[in-house]
Amino acid sequence: MAAKKYVCKVCGYAHEGNEAPSVCPLCKAGASEFEVVNAPKKKGFDTNSDLYAIIYSAFVVVIVAFLLAGVSSVLKPTQDANIALDKKKQILASLNIKNELDVAAKYDEVIKKELVINAEGVEVADKGGFDVKNEDVNENNLPLYIAEVNNEKKYIIPMTGNGLWGGIWGYIALNADCNTIYGVYFSHASETPGLGAEIAADKFQNQFTKDKDGNKVVKMVYNENGEVALEVKKGKGDANYHIDAVSGATLTCNGVDDMFKRKLAPYYNYLKNNAPVVEAPVAQEENVEPAADAAQVNVEE
Amino acid sequence: MGLLSKKNKEALNTPLFKENPVTVQVLGICSALAVTSKLEPAIVMGLSVTIIVAMANVIISLIRNTIPMRIRIIVQLVVVAALVTLVSEVLKAFAYDVSVQLSVYIGLIITNCILMGRLEAFAMQNKPWPSFLDGIGNGVGYAMILVIVAFFREFFGTGALLGFQIIPESFYEAGYMNNGLMLMTPAAFILIACIVWFQRAKDKSLQEK
Repeated sequence: MAAKKYVCKVCGYAHEGNEAPSVCPLCKAGASEFEVVNAPKKKGFDTNSDLYAIIYSAFVVVIVAFLLAGVSSVLKPTQDANIALDKKKQILASLNIKNELDVAAKYDEVIKKELVINAEGVEVADKGGFDVKNEDVNENNLPLYIAEVNNEKKYIIPMTGNGLWGGIWGYIALNADCNTIYGVYFSHASETPGLGAEIAADKFQNQFTKDKDGNKVVKMVYNENGEVALEVKKGKGDANYHIDAVSGATLTCNGVDDMFKRKLAPYYNYLKNNAPVVEAPVAQEENVEPAADAAQVNVEE
Repeated sequence: MGLLSKKNKEALNTPLFKENPVTVQVLGICSALAVTSKLEPAIVMGLSVTIIVAMANVIISLIRNTIPMRIRIIVQLVVVAALVTLVSEVLKAFAYDVSVQLSVYIGLIITNCILMGRLEAFAMQNKPWPSFLDGIGNGVGYAMILVIVAFFREFFGTGALLGFQIIPESFYEAGYMNNGLMLMTPAAFILIACIVWFQRAKDKSLQEK
């Protein structure tokens, strides 16, 4: 076995042999002050050279980039199908259809139309609403789903907004009178578990259709003036429009509140035009200042 | 060397108690605070970290002799980030529900100090198999603390476990109240501190003189 090389840590004296010297001949330090120096590895190239480091990092980056790009493009179709299916599941959840095994079939059965409308209340296209991307939604491009549950017409409005940490989104299903809420669904990207994330829980979402004891209650979206009166606030409010916020999640709930105000307002004209005339309290008084409302909507968007 | 020789067993066992990444090495505290307000995300996070740290340990251990010392941290980071992205892509395609659950935590895994700590301290010096065991050991040690903390936080904070109500309605009617503090981050600090306290009281060798 080749002799090891020892170096005194105190003075730097170098010694070769199988053991460290008991006393350093230069500074008289004990054997414990010596440490083994490993001979540099005999390899074809020096792994500490700059060139090696540059080539190595380039190599690693290229491999990883190709790997990720490859995996991503191979899996993309499957992922897109999953995302579309998940969207359908969420839309069905707003109609209180949950735990459905065959989501796609149920969706085709329940959802009758996927419209695109504009803020003036005119139907722009009678299909393709499902494919409108969130970032493309504006007052001339508003997706709206029309469903039929138990032979009753329901309108489903998709919403997106900002929570505390990331995006929040949801669907709100309205009854045929175009104002009372039939069901809701909310979800979020990264709200705090136990706090903001509770907007996705049944306890919060049930408030839109039930009271604490499970009895049916009716909440409305628009008030007589055509403004979005539905609100999420801590404490008490007008029972027709008030939803109690989650304790400790004020910012997330403000985000939901803001999402209602911004995203539901542009749908008002369309819903008004389609509301049955029988709904006297809503349908009659809403003509008071629709122009002003539309202007306000434009500003907010 | 056997698959579970004494040294390998040590690599697996010591991170569970004596060298626990959270309570002794004080690594991964950030995520231990963030995901422990409920039991379910804590379990999911613990499981994903275990898998990722074991896989990253093996990969780094395999290429440890080729890595230039000066850029080793960057290489480690690239491996971890690539691995996490890969796992997340695969989950999105084949287990979409799980990936939705994990969405927040995937990002947190990359920044988890336990990963970098183990890659740097263990995988760079050891062979793949002990590195794998070390990864599993540290992941489980981390998950264990997360689950304990999450158990107390969810139980006292919401009266439920894994979303199921445990404390009966009659308790609330009799005046019992959920402890809102438990859902806040400081509660995680307090609980982790209690675990550290308990562990050090039990094991004298961990106490500083």
